[in-house]
Amino acid sequence: MRSLIDILDLTTEEIDELVATANDIIANPEKYAHKCAGKKLATLFFEPSTRTRLSFEAAMYELGGNVLGFSEAQSSSSAKGESISDTVKVVGYYADIIAMRHPKEGAPLVASMKAGIPVINAGDGGHNHPTQTLTDLLTINREKGRFDNLTVGFCGDLKFGRTVHSLIGALSRYKNVRIVLVSPAELTVPEYIKNEVLRAKNIEFVETANLEEVMPELDILYMTRVQRERFFNEQDYIRLKDSYILTPEKLELAKPDMCVLHPLPRVNEIAVAVDDDPRAKYFEQAKNGKYIRMALILKLLEVE
Amino acid sequence: MTVSPIENGIVLDHITAGKGMALYKALGLDELDCLVAVINNAYSNKAKCGRKDIIKIDAEIDLNFDIIGYFDPGITVNIIKDGVNTKLEKIEPPALLENIIKCKNPRCITSVEQELPHKFKLTDRDNMVYRCIYCESKAK
Repeated sequence: MRSLIDILDLTTEEIDELVATANDIIANPEKYAHKCAGKKLATLFFEPSTRTRLSFEAAMYELGGNVLGFSEAQSSSSAKGESISDTVKVVGYYADIIAMRHPKEGAPLVASMKAGIPVINAGDGGHNHPTQTLTDLLTINREKGRFDNLTVGFCGDLKFGRTVHSLIGALSRYKNVRIVLVSPAELTVPEYIKNEVLRAKNIEFVETANLEEVMPELDILYMTRVQRERFFNEQDYIRLKDSYILTPEKLELAKPDMCVLHPLPRVNEIAVAVDDDPRAKYFEQAKNGKYIRMALILKLLEVE
Repeated sequence: MTVSPIENGIVLDHITAGKGMALYKALGLDELDCLVAVINNAYSNKAKCGRKDIIKIDAEIDLNFDIIGYFDPGITVNIIKDGVNTKLEKIEPPALLENIIKCKNPRCITSVEQELPHKFKLTDRDNMVYRCIYCESKAK
């Protein structure tokens, strides 16, 4: 019985398998329409989410399965003080697989130790969000056809962005990947990511505060939102929130086949006018999230 | 100052100077009824700064080697039985620490679920970095 807590729980071969299955689902959805008939997914969302929860639910429905669960902690027994261990033990009797989002870091790991059924981490605070990374990887694969020999730029809040840290970790396992980190000085990638991932694996990386300067080099530009809730000081947030706004003018400097990705939701860091550019792939990316989650559910439920 | 030799007991030698009292408490030696001596800042030719701490325990007790390995892997443990010394050098840092230190990250699940064991794994042996298995925060 496997769970997915951290993207690095999966080998690169397993990621290749999941991406191949997701591509096959996209090409032949009817083949998968009843694969999970009679199976139930429990979505245990202890904090609000739109895309992630709905994409998990849509994924299970498209596999012919059913969904039960809750979308906020107040409508679960945790509001009465029940522990995660007790909650998931009980859910393990009712469902076949769990997707869990929780504000506390490590909660899905605790769930996976106690549930008796596979648990998928659907986001634990600022820590891990492996299915977003799988979504990013599927999109890169569909747009570029490879994970190696890429120059990938990350722009915006690189300090707190869990999606950035996870994707850097996942990409660091492929050959000849070059990382370009674009952020204001206050929001640079934490030292431990640079030391324990990039330097430890001899990944070439550069840090800059100037997006325009590096734009022509990039194969992928991964934009992120500067999140208000990460700042103690409102003035710092206001000063930094508009640091890097992607506009059609800036995009003119990019390669004609560069891809713009974003985990969404977007606030204003990508101008709406960019949406019409064929290089804007972030809505496609959100769509891919459903297919890779379908592939993951099949894998963890060991459905052939 | 002279601390007399012991016939049956344990001597923890080459403790990094300044860590002796903290190790004494971490090992729970303050709860023992027997004679225990903590010597701070003893002269040492081997120690980098020329000083070391020493703990002498005048009883045969079970030591938690995980605590010693985590605290200071350079410590030498001398087990003394009937005046004969058996020296255990280079205590390996344990791969996993359970309920020895606590995670201090307020966003960690252990901050709200009190019954969970606090577990840390050794992620960087060269720099002695331990990380919480739940939130991956570095042990401080």
